[in-house]
Amino acid sequence: MKGLDKDHAIRQLRQMLLIRRFEEKSAEMYSAMKIRGFLHLYIGEEAVAVGVMAALGPEDAVVATYREHGQALARGMSANSIMAEMYGKVEGCCRGRGGSMHLFDAATRFYGGNAIVGGGLPLAVGLALADSMQDRKRVTSCFFGDGAVAEGDFHEAMNLAALWKLPVLFVCENNLYAMGTALRYTEANQDIAAKGAAYGMAAAAVDGMDVVAVEAAARVAVDHIQAGKGPYLLECRTYRFRPHSMFDTELYRTKEEVEQWKQRDPIELLVGRLTEAGLLTESERAALEHEVAAEVEAAVAFAEAGTWEAVEDLTRFVTTERRA
Amino acid sequence: MSTAQKTTYREAVKQAICEALRRDPRVFLMGEDVGHYGGCYAVSKGLLAEFGPERIRDTPLCESGFVGAGIGAALGGMRPIVEVMTVNFSLLALDQIVNTAATLLHMSGGQFNVPIVIRMATGAGKQLAAQHAHSFEGWYAHIPGLRVLAPATLEDARGMLWTALEDPDPVLIFENNTLYNMEGELAENAGPVDIDTARIRRPGRDLTLITYSASLFKCLEAATILAEEGIEAEVIDLRSLRPLDDATYLASIARTHRVLIVDEGWRSGSLSAEISARIMEQAFYDLDLPVERLCSVEVPMPYAKHMEEAALPQVDSIVTTVRRMMHHG
Repeated sequence: MKGLDKDHAIRQLRQMLLIRRFEEKSAEMYSAMKIRGFLHLYIGEEAVAVGVMAALGPEDAVVATYREHGQALARGMSANSIMAEMYGKVEGCCRGRGGSMHLFDAATRFYGGNAIVGGGLPLAVGLALADSMQDRKRVTSCFFGDGAVAEGDFHEAMNLAALWKLPVLFVCENNLYAMGTALRYTEANQDIAAKGAAYGMAAAAVDGMDVVAVEAAARVAVDHIQAGKGPYLLECRTYRFRPHSMFDTELYRTKEEVEQWKQRDPIELLVGRLTEAGLLTESERAALEHEVAAEVEAAVAFAEAGTWEAVEDLTRFVTTERRA
Repeated sequence: MSTAQKTTYREAVKQAICEALRRDPRVFLMGEDVGHYGGCYAVSKGLLAEFGPERIRDTPLCESGFVGAGIGAALGGMRPIVEVMTVNFSLLALDQIVNTAATLLHMSGGQFNVPIVIRMATGAGKQLAAQHAHSFEGWYAHIPGLRVLAPATLEDARGMLWTALEDPDPVLIFENNTLYNMEGELAENAGPVDIDTARIRRPGRDLTLITYSASLFKCLEAATILAEEGIEAEVIDLRSLRPLDDATYLASIARTHRVLIVDEGWRSGSLSAEISARIMEQAFYDLDLPVERLCSVEVPMPYAKHMEEAALPQVDSIVTTVRRMMHHG
């Protein structure tokens, strides 16, 4: 089974650990007032980004949301550039113009960091349309939450992608809450994967806490897309362990519910499997933790040492700078 | 010197689209009814047969979806021309235009520019009432990151598109629906024009009329009437609503010392208000009397012909206002 290939599984564990520790540090730096604005943590949902990214190649594209640190790290953007971005430093991936909600990176074809719920879906359709019209064999992955499913853009994008048979992998991260409103209060039909059928689109739901299952499902989806069979909707059933943002008193869910989901922590699930299979020892895990902690500390040091963009540059990047 | 040919505004836009499709394989036209129907205003009639359904791409009725897809396609290396049937419908795509197209370059720290052109019909005068006939181009001109064009003449209808397609950033082109049937002569070799400057369409020493799009022709007609009375109005066609070419109208005001802005948009918070403020800031001491404005009356566009006419700046109201201004000083 591919999921239990040791090197591969250890890489995935390392990525999930990196996301987890990076975000724990981000929350700390938020409290220390080093990071401001909105900060939306991905903790609990790591298996989705890591599992899906494993199925994508370097030429493929990623469109994500405002809760995108996990996707950015799993896609290979450096922790340094993301932390510096959240600090608002010019060394950040977007020179401090975007912040936590707007991470972009041309080198890894990472198209945001889109913070209008549902707004990234038409963008993904267009990226895939460009590939299709230029005969490029690429996949555009598009991450969005269950909240986005209620937006018109979701339905418009699903219809366009299916109508034009475009190579889009729609990944719904269903964490059961649109900010603080439960899916049962917002969706007439809470089976999100079932909505694919309305557009004649292939779809599946997968346990979003299990990175092995997510990767396997994403590979099936990518194979389908690459075979020219059109777009695919993958619903990943997952859970956000932390509040929606740093300003959320979590009145809408119980501590028991959160604790119950934490029993299925995606990191511990993978650790358990690897340990059971004899592929991971305590000391190996400790070594991974050590490596990841060093990477996160280095990112903080990088961000701390970063510089502020000159205020004289304020009006740059409104329109493209032309070579004189 | 090439020969001039009789043509229409509609045909000029169509020729511009055809030329772009022939010149650049990355260009395609996308929008509601652009293909099989031939375009709501018949601009793209016949193009489907020549260029095929990939490049003359009919879309479902989903303005946000297909404008967003146009933005994505532009990011992916294409040069989409997205047609939105009318400016009122573009409000369904306002999120994609304002929150995405206009912001991506900035949010990404300069990494991702969006070379999309979005065309749409605008303006009143055809009894299309309150959901098909407003002039929101002034709103769009408020947004940093967008370039907003208003071609009034055949040369601009023919020439602005190609320059807009060569621009690395989003460009919105507003075509006043009353102009599509306008006939005139256009040089056979008419080609790209600049999209940065305003033009003096009629020189005059006494007063400056600043306008754009279909109101240009009302101003020119008013200027002809006024000339018979010995009043020489200079008529300026803004052409680009964002960025505004301040230099051209300020230089004119330095000569005439009087200015009337004619804008089919509503008065409050309008483009005319912005231009007026710029004149106060930069040319206050050139003025012999306050800046005046003729805008649409602040009412949703009515259907009845006489009421629609009364809601819009007209040749008569321009002439009357200018006469009054001239007798002031």
